[in-house]
Amino acid sequence: MTTQAEARPAAPLRTETLENGLKVLILEEHTAPLASVWCWYKVGSRDERPGLTGVSHWVEHMNFKGTTNIPRDQVKGIIEQFGGFWNGYTWIDQTTYVETASRDALDRMLFIEAERMGRALYDPADCESERTVIISELQGGENDPDTFLDQELTAVAFKAHPYRHPTIGWLSDLQSMTREDLYRHYRRYYVPNNATLVIAGDVNPDEVMERVQHHFGVFEAGSDIPRMRTREPEQTGERRVVIRKEGTAAYLKVGFHAPAVNDPMFVPALLLDAALAGAKGVNLWSSFRIPPPQRSTRLYRGLVERGLASSVQAALLPTAEPFLYTVSVTVNEGTPVGTVEEATLELLERVCAEGVTPDEVLRAKRQLHARMVFDEDSITNVAHQLGYFETISSSDTFRQLPALIAGTTVEQVNIAAAMLLKESNRTIGRFEPLPIGSGEAAQVSA
Amino acid sequence: MNRGLSPSRTVLPNGATVIAKQTRKTPAVTIDIAFRCGSTVDPPDAPGALYLLSRVIDRGTATRSATEIAEALDSRGISLSFGVTRELFSITCTSLADDFEPVLALIADIVMAPSIPETELTTMKGQVVTSLRQDEDNPSVRAGQTLMALVYGADHPFGRPIKGTADAVQALTREQLLALHARRFGSQVLTVVVVGDVEVSRVFDCVDEMFGGWSGPVDKAPLLQSATAPTTRRFVAVPMMNKSQADIAYGFPSIARADSSYYAYLLMNNILGQYAMAGRLGDSIRERQGLAYYVWSSFDASTIAGPMIVHAGVAGPNVDRAVASIDEELRGLRKTGVSGRELAESRQSLVGSLPRSLETNSGIAAFLQNAELFGLGLDYDCRLPTLLTMVTIDEVNAAAQPLDPGVATIVAAGPYGPGA
Repeated sequence: MTTQAEARPAAPLRTETLENGLKVLILEEHTAPLASVWCWYKVGSRDERPGLTGVSHWVEHMNFKGTTNIPRDQVKGIIEQFGGFWNGYTWIDQTTYVETASRDALDRMLFIEAERMGRALYDPADCESERTVIISELQGGENDPDTFLDQELTAVAFKAHPYRHPTIGWLSDLQSMTREDLYRHYRRYYVPNNATLVIAGDVNPDEVMERVQHHFGVFEAGSDIPRMRTREPEQTGERRVVIRKEGTAAYLKVGFHAPAVNDPMFVPALLLDAALAGAKGVNLWSSFRIPPPQRSTRLYRGLVERGLASSVQAALLPTAEPFLYTVSVTVNEGTPVGTVEEATLELLERVCAEGVTPDEVLRAKRQLHARMVFDEDSITNVAHQLGYFETISSSDTFRQLPALIAGTTVEQVNIAAAMLLKESNRTIGRFEPLPIGSGEAAQVSA
Repeated sequence: MNRGLSPSRTVLPNGATVIAKQTRKTPAVTIDIAFRCGSTVDPPDAPGALYLLSRVIDRGTATRSATEIAEALDSRGISLSFGVTRELFSITCTSLADDFEPVLALIADIVMAPSIPETELTTMKGQVVTSLRQDEDNPSVRAGQTLMALVYGADHPFGRPIKGTADAVQALTREQLLALHARRFGSQVLTVVVVGDVEVSRVFDCVDEMFGGWSGPVDKAPLLQSATAPTTRRFVAVPMMNKSQADIAYGFPSIARADSSYYAYLLMNNILGQYAMAGRLGDSIRERQGLAYYVWSSFDASTIAGPMIVHAGVAGPNVDRAVASIDEELRGLRKTGVSGRELAESRQSLVGSLPRSLETNSGIAAFLQNAELFGLGLDYDCRLPTLLTMVTIDEVNAAAQPLDPGVATIVAAGPYGPGA
């Protein structure tokens, strides 16, 4: 069986920084005639204050509309003609844009990202019509009780830090924000010294740099990039939120304030999560598309095998500042939520007090290794990781992960468990369904 | 000349088909196994039987307990993904290349000799019933299922929900599931596809060793009647007043995979509801009108004509306007047809995206399984660009003609309807 010792050496990575501060990471991979370009901006929902929640995500939407040199009617198909796809996402620490296409499209992709960085138009009519699109996205999310509960839990677990509001934003902010709010946010954060460009695939690094300089060298560095300074105070007692709405299934979540990616506790906590709920990997873009190997984990055995829950999930995501580690449980039909909560807390409290075993840590390491290998077969995924980690920490952090994982001891995992899973650090959320058609108004109590 | 994927194929003496391709990008391998039996083999009085079987088949075999299977999977960092469609039962798994043989042996044991312990069956029934209850509260699922029942008829295998109903699932017995397995699972309906860092000869040897001894007759999946061609427009509301947004499913029967117009239909659908940000539908409903975050069209061309469905998620008050917009797009498409430019762009996009689809082991495996299922040949990846290039604009426009709003079946589920 493959072990960490047999892991392949990392592919050579070329890193450059333009005079205007733009970081450029180039990874060669010549097995397929493809290239992937990701452009990352260090701006996400944590950079937002009340009144402007959701602005980063809305700005992301607007950055797929017309630019100075890409008229509105030429946006459609600009990358499809190269057999490519494009997408983007916004989360708490970052906004990112991707194209993957045939290698011939490289210059086109760089051109598109340069246009996006400095020349998006923010046509007022486009901004206005996008308002309802985003509200539709919000309402689609609310259709899922699990998503709704997650938003409520996060807002209660954090009382001060901007991580507390959902990336999509609060509805009233989406209804009131103006084109000027969007454009100001865009101009403030979309500057080269706040960005990382990642290029991976069948490319020649010297040619890449020449084209990057051509397209991006013209931009000036931005100044005074504001950052929120609020730190979340330590949580000193358990918090709780209960939602009662019409529905057909009950959900339970337990959220714990978790270490940020640069915290020495991060990797031990990652192994703890793998031991509790199965390793996912560390790729927000791709790790969650394949079910984790969890059938022999404590949470699965204690909740799903016992018939209390139909599923249990958890994940520790790499974040710039301490976020939440959340255990999510779907309650089985006919089982009282209280019973499931009791069982879940008992399992977690036992791990808090006693830790996990050496066998569980060894299995966790093997799982993480395998999952990270599986992730490498797509240049889109590989390029994602470099930019993701560079934005919240550094790309070195990602490339050092396998060694850090291999070198973590059982004792370190159990110290992390004792700190992470303690009662005073947890927020409990329940979605308790009311009968459909009961006509009772939704209730949220904290 | 482009050699393309150039996979290797063999058929074992017992009828099992094996397709293999070696790649060397990562030290991993994807195993993609399919049985040509889907939910259409559910007994008429037991909808959801095959789906429940898919949930419990890996919870014990003649020689391995559920716990042993769990540890064998977890210790290697792998999970098995099961899929049940109307016509296929599939299992996919990605593992490290070093683990190929024990993982294949485990999968072979699971599919050939499941034991379905009673305790595991009870647990799985509970999970499926909970999942069905979740589906009841999901407007997208409700719209889709209601549409299928209307287009195909509630008694047609395509009109029945794949997961079945809570009552039917609870009533299923271990004996029924074992009988279903014995009757429908066998080497003659099995295709094993392996793509990854394993030599082809080793794949063939291992599959032969592990599956070659499987014998016994198998009942082939039943031949199905196509849906009756619709003759009137139907619009059904499924009020779900507790939801924040409504889902629209607007559909027709499409075509069978073997239909000669398949590639024309593929291009037509791409132009209508897929190209770039969801084609013409996305242009109208999302970009110009801001009505929906998601709207798209897709079709399922199978051994019979699966559905062609336009999906959209819109606020309750916007349902009528969104439906009217879909009507307008289809009327325009049928009357005026597509432009030469649209056809060229969609064609170029579909042809150009093939290398991306075939970048990963799992992407290649899925492509090869599909090509095998429909008899498209081992060189299908090389021929596909030409097949798309040969389609004429008249053929694309002809493919759109059946999409007449006057005979559409439309379902809106969510905060919409008389009580809205």
